[in-house]
Amino acid sequence: MMGWFLVQFQRRVGRLGAVAAVAALAAIPLAVPAQAQQGKVLRVALTTGIDHLNPFTAVLSASTQIGRFTFEFLTVPDAAKAEASPALAESWTPSPDKLTWTFKIRGGVKWSDGQPVTAKDAAFTFNRMLTDENARTANGNYVGNFETVTAPDDTTLVIKTKTVQVNMNLLDVPIVPQHIWEPVKDLKDPKTDELAIAGVSDGPFQVTEYKQNEYVKFKANKDYWRGAPKIDELQLLQFKDTEAAVNALKQGEVDVINRLNPNQFAALQGQQGITTNAAPGRRYDELSLNFGVTDNANNIIGDGNPVLKDLNVRKAITQAVDTQTLVDKVLKGLGQVGGGVVPPIYTAYHWDPSGTEKVKFDLAAANATLDQAGYAKGPDGVRTAPGGAKLELRLTGHANRSYDQGVAQFVTGWLRDIGITVKQDLVSDDELSDRTQTGKYDLAIGGYGTSPDPDYALSLHTCAARPSPDGKGGSTDTFFCDAQYDDLYKKQLTETDDAKRAEYVKQAQARLYSQFPTIVLDYQNALEAYRSDKFAGFTTQPQPKGAILEQTGYWGVYGATPVGASDTVSDGSGNTVLWIVIGAVVVVVLVGGGVLLSRRGKSAEDRE
Amino acid sequence: MTTPDQAAVLVDVDEHRGGTGTARFVLKKLVEALISVVLVVVLFFFLFRMLPGDPVAAMTRDRATSPQQLALLREQMGVDKPVFVQFGNYFWGLLHGDLGESRLLNNGRPVADMIGERLWPTILLVGSATVLAVLLGLWLGIRAAWRRDSLFDRTQTGIALTLWSVPQFWLGLMLLVATNGLFPSRGMHSPDAAPDVLSQTIDVLHHLVLPCVTLLAVFYAQYMLIMRSSLLGEMNADYLTTARAKGLRDDLVRRRHAVPNALLPTTTLVFMQIGSVVAGAVTVEAVFSWPGLGQLTYDALHGPDLPVLQGVFTVLASAVVLMNLLAELLYRVLDPRVRTS
Repeated sequence: MMGWFLVQFQRRVGRLGAVAAVAALAAIPLAVPAQAQQGKVLRVALTTGIDHLNPFTAVLSASTQIGRFTFEFLTVPDAAKAEASPALAESWTPSPDKLTWTFKIRGGVKWSDGQPVTAKDAAFTFNRMLTDENARTANGNYVGNFETVTAPDDTTLVIKTKTVQVNMNLLDVPIVPQHIWEPVKDLKDPKTDELAIAGVSDGPFQVTEYKQNEYVKFKANKDYWRGAPKIDELQLLQFKDTEAAVNALKQGEVDVINRLNPNQFAALQGQQGITTNAAPGRRYDELSLNFGVTDNANNIIGDGNPVLKDLNVRKAITQAVDTQTLVDKVLKGLGQVGGGVVPPIYTAYHWDPSGTEKVKFDLAAANATLDQAGYAKGPDGVRTAPGGAKLELRLTGHANRSYDQGVAQFVTGWLRDIGITVKQDLVSDDELSDRTQTGKYDLAIGGYGTSPDPDYALSLHTCAARPSPDGKGGSTDTFFCDAQYDDLYKKQLTETDDAKRAEYVKQAQARLYSQFPTIVLDYQNALEAYRSDKFAGFTTQPQPKGAILEQTGYWGVYGATPVGASDTVSDGSGNTVLWIVIGAVVVVVLVGGGVLLSRRGKSAEDRE
Repeated sequence: MTTPDQAAVLVDVDEHRGGTGTARFVLKKLVEALISVVLVVVLFFFLFRMLPGDPVAAMTRDRATSPQQLALLREQMGVDKPVFVQFGNYFWGLLHGDLGESRLLNNGRPVADMIGERLWPTILLVGSATVLAVLLGLWLGIRAAWRRDSLFDRTQTGIALTLWSVPQFWLGLMLLVATNGLFPSRGMHSPDAAPDVLSQTIDVLHHLVLPCVTLLAVFYAQYMLIMRSSLLGEMNADYLTTARAKGLRDDLVRRRHAVPNALLPTTTLVFMQIGSVVAGAVTVEAVFSWPGLGQLTYDALHGPDLPVLQGVFTVLASAVVLMNLLAELLYRVLDPRVRTS
């Protein structure tokens, strides 16, 4: 029966359908101008996901960025150096014992529904985080040490902490309107992502439409206290495929793109109307050495090769890794040579080894180090440990990252030259994180993104960050546990004098470097590109050479200034085109139908 | 061999003869399908628990997180409970249509909602591509078989096989580059489209063209080749000689006698394919950022967001089982020989 229907369908409708389908497909591109575009629109390609608009539960980086565009913070990292600068708070002063912080809240700032922004909103935001665990999902780590938060009047906010907390001048928490959020009982309710709640904001942009998995539309906040943005509309368009996004930039479908890889970046360089931007990144890449890693009860975990417990072996490996070559060849020059775990984008806290501290790339010296430590070279060129075991190390990393593949090749070659055999075993992301979290590696290629405050980058290497014996609760990167390092870490955590704190931060990095638990290989550049024929004036962070999108702030899109002709299209002409197209389709269908009917008539005599 | 009219008569005869036989057959198939689905659920649940990687660690990577936060997250997700307790909770929820909650992509959102909102874009894309692929494949296959070894046959078979072997994502990207901005490169909606229904419809169709053409180009070959080979099998049958002897024109012989019989294997294939074609759209949806189930799978794999993956795979596997069931039932209607055997 079905087959018979198919045949009948094919016979009667087939030709007509085909003609109509072709006509419709051909007509669609003509109908494109039927769009209600108005004003100057900045389109940003977004290649990562969005989880929530609700700033309390938004965790993914793109969502955090949306929070930055739409909400104001007490203070924000400035564009010049990513250091604390006034935003909602005009000024802030700690008490002599550094336990009480008083913020003077700016007057005259309004929520998008017209209500004034006051210190009470800020107090509400923090108190909600103190009393509701769901409110701590995204930024809970900032309030863990808070004692009380009060707003004695509309322009004064007072926060008391239990112990001294150094990041008080840079609390990365979006302040939300009390009158909107107070009635919301369950912060996990999907309704909190709707514009009636999450859309009431006071930042430079306001969300006007959110189509999940597709795009977010913002309009400029004309009443923004710093002054209205120079564009009228901002769009974040989601791309799952970066190649497709690059193509969209070339074809002018988007105006700004980030997270390019070196090959895409090179391909966009020199293209007409496109400017590329290689900015210092906030991530460090590393080669971790399993020095006999332990859990927080000091039990050895994993299956690391015991030769790596010897500081001399780790030193020799460090001497044998040429970070400059990795930057030049693997990153194609788009990065900086590694040093401390705080990337150079944060100039105040970054540390580079110098003078006698620096372990220079020197294969002869590396060989000498191993000779002196008693690792003799066998006839096959491979060294053996004093116990008789061959020096053979496993090297793991991300199988799907070309960076890891390149680094693995170079490291394998260099270590062969100093008598160490390397077995490469690059694996999936999950397998890798499983191995590195349980100590089941010898050498592992990895890395971490860091924040403007150096606390996070340093905290990844403290004793307390190691997992418990049941494997839980770990947030460590290297499993490093060293009394001297922990001491420096604690000192920087409670030192409120910026210069002194920076000194401790640098000393901690130097200590980490000297023990060789890991080799910081490089800091990859953030690779971005934009349509310079349409937009200019992006404010980078830091200045002068920084990122447009990869910021802790809204400066990049806030500064965007349209150049040249307006991007405005009136919708009247679009509708005309549309009607012409519809007319054409109707004509084609009628003509096609006529032809078909005449054919049917002809073949009638052939019927059984 | 039967013509469609004879088949219709046979259906009638069968229904008069044994309604209980048919009912028993349908019931048996239904139970079999149900067992398959339950096995799939069990298998996926334990398979995903065996995957390496700590979901909480994956969620909080690159973010400052305190051990207390980590413990809280583990408790919220229920991953601190024994695996059999987790399975019991999951299965109980499943019976009530609750597929669990997402962990990474939309922390805390019900998986069933996420799948629901992604289902329609996928059905639109895969559905239109399948319908077009079936029509095109059958049409080309019939003509290629009828004029076997002709220039048409050889070139069309060659083209179809070439497209069939091309990686979908590559073809998609090439189409994007080649069309040079004529069609949008991402998503299903443009943020600039006017809000009225007509503009929105045209906008969606405009976005549909490239992913649909990509899928169509890759998928039509199988329908064409099956149609071609099964029609070739009928080409020397006696009933075609009879039909020609009656003086029928060549294309009527083909249309009324050869094709209906050759359509049977193709029909089965179509139904078997519909179930699995959604999975095949993963890469195309990724290239064109089409907000469908394929993309959800792709995102969930990257997490990995296990509850979402588990939910998607359960739905996809159930779709395959359901389509196989339909194919089996339909085949019984289509082909009298299956019923009598």
